[in-house]
Amino acid sequence: MELLVALIIGVLVATGVYLCLRARTFSVVLGLTLLGYGVNVFLFSMGGLKINQVAVVGASADPTDPLTQALVLTAIVIGFAMTAFLVVLALRSQGEQHSDHVDGQDGEQRS
Amino acid sequence: MMLPAIVLLPLLAALLPMFTRHLGRRWCALLVALPVVAALGLLAQASLPIWEGGMQQWSMTWLPSLGLNLALRLDGLALLFCVLILGIGLLVVVYAHYYLPAKDDGGRFYTLLLLFMFSMLGVVTSDNLLFLVFFWELTSLSSFLLISYKQYDSAARKGARMALTVTGMGGLALLAGVLLIGHVVGSFSLSTVLESGALVQEHALYPVILCLVLLGAFTKSAQFPFHFWLPHAMAAPTPVSAYLHSATMVKAGIFLLARFYPVLAGTDLWFYLVTAAGMATLLWGAVWALFQHDLKGLLAFSTISHLGLITLLFGLNSPLAAVAGVFHIINHATFKAGLFMAAGIIDQQTGTRDMRRINGLWKYMPYTAVLAMVASAAMAGVPLLNGFLSKEMFFTETLQSDQLGALSWLLPLGATLGGVFSVAYSARFIHDVFFNGEPVNLPKFPPQEPPRYMKIPVEILVALCVAVGVFPAITVAALLAVAATATLGGTLPEYHLAVWHGLNIPLLMSVIALVGGIAVYACRRRLFAWYARLPEIDAKRVFEGRIQAVVRLAAGVTRGLQTGSLQGYLAWVLALVAAVLVWQLPNLASVTGERAMLPVDGVSVLCALMLIAAALLTTVLHRQRMMAIICLSVVGLIVSLIFVRFSAPDLALTQLSVEVVSVLLLMLAMYFLPARAKADSNSLRVGRDAVLAVLIGTGVAVAALLVMTTDIATISPFFLENSVPGGGGTNVVNVILVDFRGFDTFGEITVLGIAALGIYALLSDLKLVSAKYDPFGRPWAHDAHPLVLVTLSRPLLPLALMIAVYIFLRGHNLPGGGFVAGLITSVALLLQYVASGVTWVHKRIPGDYHPLVALGVLLAGLTGVASWAFDAPFLTSTFTHVHLPMIGDFELASAMLFDTGVFLTVVGATLLILANLGKLSLLDDKKETT
Repeated sequence: MELLVALIIGVLVATGVYLCLRARTFSVVLGLTLLGYGVNVFLFSMGGLKINQVAVVGASADPTDPLTQALVLTAIVIGFAMTAFLVVLALRSQGEQHSDHVDGQDGEQRS
Repeated sequence: MMLPAIVLLPLLAALLPMFTRHLGRRWCALLVALPVVAALGLLAQASLPIWEGGMQQWSMTWLPSLGLNLALRLDGLALLFCVLILGIGLLVVVYAHYYLPAKDDGGRFYTLLLLFMFSMLGVVTSDNLLFLVFFWELTSLSSFLLISYKQYDSAARKGARMALTVTGMGGLALLAGVLLIGHVVGSFSLSTVLESGALVQEHALYPVILCLVLLGAFTKSAQFPFHFWLPHAMAAPTPVSAYLHSATMVKAGIFLLARFYPVLAGTDLWFYLVTAAGMATLLWGAVWALFQHDLKGLLAFSTISHLGLITLLFGLNSPLAAVAGVFHIINHATFKAGLFMAAGIIDQQTGTRDMRRINGLWKYMPYTAVLAMVASAAMAGVPLLNGFLSKEMFFTETLQSDQLGALSWLLPLGATLGGVFSVAYSARFIHDVFFNGEPVNLPKFPPQEPPRYMKIPVEILVALCVAVGVFPAITVAALLAVAATATLGGTLPEYHLAVWHGLNIPLLMSVIALVGGIAVYACRRRLFAWYARLPEIDAKRVFEGRIQAVVRLAAGVTRGLQTGSLQGYLAWVLALVAAVLVWQLPNLASVTGERAMLPVDGVSVLCALMLIAAALLTTVLHRQRMMAIICLSVVGLIVSLIFVRFSAPDLALTQLSVEVVSVLLLMLAMYFLPARAKADSNSLRVGRDAVLAVLIGTGVAVAALLVMTTDIATISPFFLENSVPGGGGTNVVNVILVDFRGFDTFGEITVLGIAALGIYALLSDLKLVSAKYDPFGRPWAHDAHPLVLVTLSRPLLPLALMIAVYIFLRGHNLPGGGFVAGLITSVALLLQYVASGVTWVHKRIPGDYHPLVALGVLLAGLTGVASWAFDAPFLTSTFTHVHLPMIGDFELASAMLFDTGVFLTVVGATLLILANLGKLSLLDDKKETT
C-alpha cells in the first residue's frame, strides 16, 4: 500500500512540475494544484499510513499520527487561498497585458 | 580612556566645520587645528610608559561572540605613526588654509581631511584585526572623497575611482587574510596574533594568508604592479597629496608590513614576494620619475620608488633592515610632505605644474627655493640630511643579504641603480624648476613668495630633515628605537646612527649614486627624446577600459541568465533540485525501510489507477481547459478518498469541500482566459520539462516511500495523551489546531484573510473581456440560471447550514471543526451564487465579506488575548462541562470561541474571493448590454 501511495505522490509531483513549467497561466494553475495535492499527500504520509485508526481518543486502539493531519488540514485551506491568488494574478495579467503567457507577453518574440 | 580620546578627537573635529563654515576658512582651520593639538598633547602624555618599554591598551567588548572588540593599543610603532599622522596633519591643516582657492570656505575639505585622520589613527592603534580592517576601509573611502575633492574635474573623479577600486580590492583581500589569521590563531586580538608567529607560519594556510595580507599592503602602498593608481591620485588638492600620498595613507600598507612583521616575516616566501615587489617598485618609480614633466607627477613616482625601498627593506628578513625601514618611513614622510607643499606653493604662484614651463624661479622666490632644494637633497640622499642616513643603512643592508645565493649582488646593484635615478630626478626638481633659464609663458607672472605663514609648515619639515640629518642621536633615536622594537616584537639589534661611518662600500655606493645621478640628469635631453618616442600608455584609459570590459562581461552574464522568462528561471531552480536528486539518489542502499508494508486491496489499486490516469490526462489535456478541470477534480476527489482510507476524516472533509470551491474558482477563471491555448513549447522544451518532472517526481516518491516504511519516533504520542486532559476534546486533530498549536492556526487564518484581501485589491478596477463564443465558435447560452438548479438549491441552503453547525459543534470531539464547517457554509452559499446569480444573492444577504474576515481574525485574536486576564500566556484555553435542559451534558471550551474565529475567517475569505470573481462577469455582462 505504501508503494501505491508513493507512486501516487510521484505522479502528482511529476505532473505538477511539468505543468508548472508551461507557458500559459492556466496550465500553471493546474500544475500548482496538482503539485499541492502531491505535497499534501506527501506531508500526510510522513506520519505513516494506518487503516481505520482515526486520531480520536477512545475510538481506536492505535491512533494514527494527528500532527501531520493538523498540518495538512491548514495546508489544504491555505493552498486554496494561494491558488486563488494565483488565479486572480493571472486574470489581472490577462486584463492588463492582454496575454495569458506567464511572462505577460506572448513567447514567440522571445528567444 | 586616553587612547579612544586621541582617536576620537579628529572625528569630533571633523564635525566642527559644519557649524563654522559660514564664519570663513580661518575659523574652520583654527577650530579643527585645536582638537588635533589636543590629541597631540594627549599622545605625549599617553606615550610616557612607551619610552620605558611599555605599552598602552584599552578595550571594550562589543561582539565578543564574533571576536570583535573595540580594542586599541599604543606601542612604539603605533606611536610613531600617530606622531606622523597628527603632526603632519596639523601642518597640512595650516598649509591648506593658505592653499585652498579664495572662494572655498574649506568646510568640506577640513571635514574630509579630519575624517581621514581619524581613520588612519584607527588603523595604526587598533588592537583587534577586524577593527583594523574596518578603519582600513574607512581610509579607502575617505581618501576617495579627498582625491575627488575637485568634483567638477573628470580627471579627479577618475583618479579617485581608480584609487578606490585598487585599494578597495586590496581591502577585501586583507579582510580575507585577517579572517584566515583569526581562524588559525583562534583570536582576532592583535596582541595574541603577534605572539603566534610560529603557529601561523607552520600552518598550511600560511602562503594564502601571506598573499592576501600582502595584496592589501601592496595595493595601499602602491607597490608594483598596483602602483598605477598613485600618479592619478595626484588630481587631489596638493595638501591632500602632501598628507595622504607622502606621509600617511600610502604608508598604511607599509604599516601593515611592519605590524605583521613578527607574525608573517622570516620565511623564504616573505623574502621573495616582498623583496621582489619592493625592488621592482623602487626601480620602476625611480626611472619614470625622471621623465615626468608634471611637478606632482615626479613626486608621485618618487613616492612610489621610496615606498618600494621601504618594502624592500622589510622584505630582507633582517632586523637591521627593518630598523632601516622604520627610519626611512620617518625620513620620507618629512621630506616628501615638505616637497609636496613646496610644489603646491609653486603651482599656486605660477599657475602651472609643468616643469617645461617653470624655470628659473630662484630669481622670484629664493626663500621657497632654498626650502625645496634642501628637501630635494634629502630625497636624493645627500649627506647631512636625513635621507642620507636611511639610504646609507639601506645600502648596507642590501650588501649584507645573502638570501639570493650567487645572485646576491643583484640587490646592491639594484639599490645603487635606484639611488642613481633618485639623485637624477631630485636634481631635475632642483635644476629644472629653480634654474635652467627663464620661465616659459607662465599663466601667472611674475611669481612671488607665498604668504609668510604658508611657509611655516614647510620650514618645520625641512628643519626636521636637517636636524635629523646632522644630529640623529638626539632627535630621532628614541622614537626610532621604540618603533623598531615594537616592529620587531621585542629585541632591538645593535645599530649606530651616525653621519660618518668611515670609508666603506655603502659610502662608495652613495658616491656612485650622486655622481651617476648627476650624469644621468646631464644627458636628460637624449633621454627625454627617447621617452617621447615610447608608445604612450595611459594607465587611466587602460584601467577604465578593463573596468568597462568587466562591466560588459557581468552584463552579458546577467543577460544570459536574466532572460525575463519565468519559465526559464523555474526550470533552473528545478534543474538544481533534479541535479541534487541525481547526485544523491543512487547512493541510497534501499528505497524501503524496515517496516512491513500494509497489504494492498483491489479498490485501492483501482482508485490509484484512476488518480494516476486523471493526473496524466490533466497534463495531456492541459490546453483544453474544461477537460483539464474535470480531470483535475477527479484527482482531488480521489485524494480525499486517500484521506478517508488512511484514517484522516478531517482531511477528507476539508479536501472535499475545498475541491468544490477550487473547481468553482477555476471555472470562473476559465471564463476570462482563452479557452484553448496554443502549443508554445517545442519538442525540445517538452522533453526537457518531462525529464525534470520525472526526476523530481521519482525523488519525492522515493523519499515518501522511505519515510513511510521507516519507524520514526514522533512527538505525536504527547498530543494523543494530552488531548483530553489538556484540551478537553477527543478529536486530537482539532485540539491540535485550536489549542496546542493555536498560535500557528491564528497565523494561518491571518494569511488566509490577507490573501483574500489581496485578491480583492487585485480585482478592483480590473476590466476583462470574456469570450463571447466557445472554442467551436458557438455563442454561450443565455439561460444563465437553470430552473432545476435554482429550485433544488434553495431548500439545500438551510440543510447545508444545519450540517455546518453540526460539524462545527462536534468538531472538538469528532471529525469536523471550524475549517470544515466554514468550507461547508461557503459551499452552501456559493451554490446560491451559481444557481441564482450574484445579483439575486446580494439582494438577500450583504455581499460585503471584508468585515467577516476581520471579525474572524479579531475574534480568534481576542480569545487569545483574553487568557492574559487570567495571567495565562496568549491563547491558553480552558474548558468546562455545562448541563443544558433538553440537550444534555456537553462541554464548553474557550477553544470553541477560537474555532468560531477560524470559521468566520474561512467563510469570509472564501466568499470574498469567489463572490468578487463572480462579480467580474456581472460587469462584463453590463458592458455588453449598454
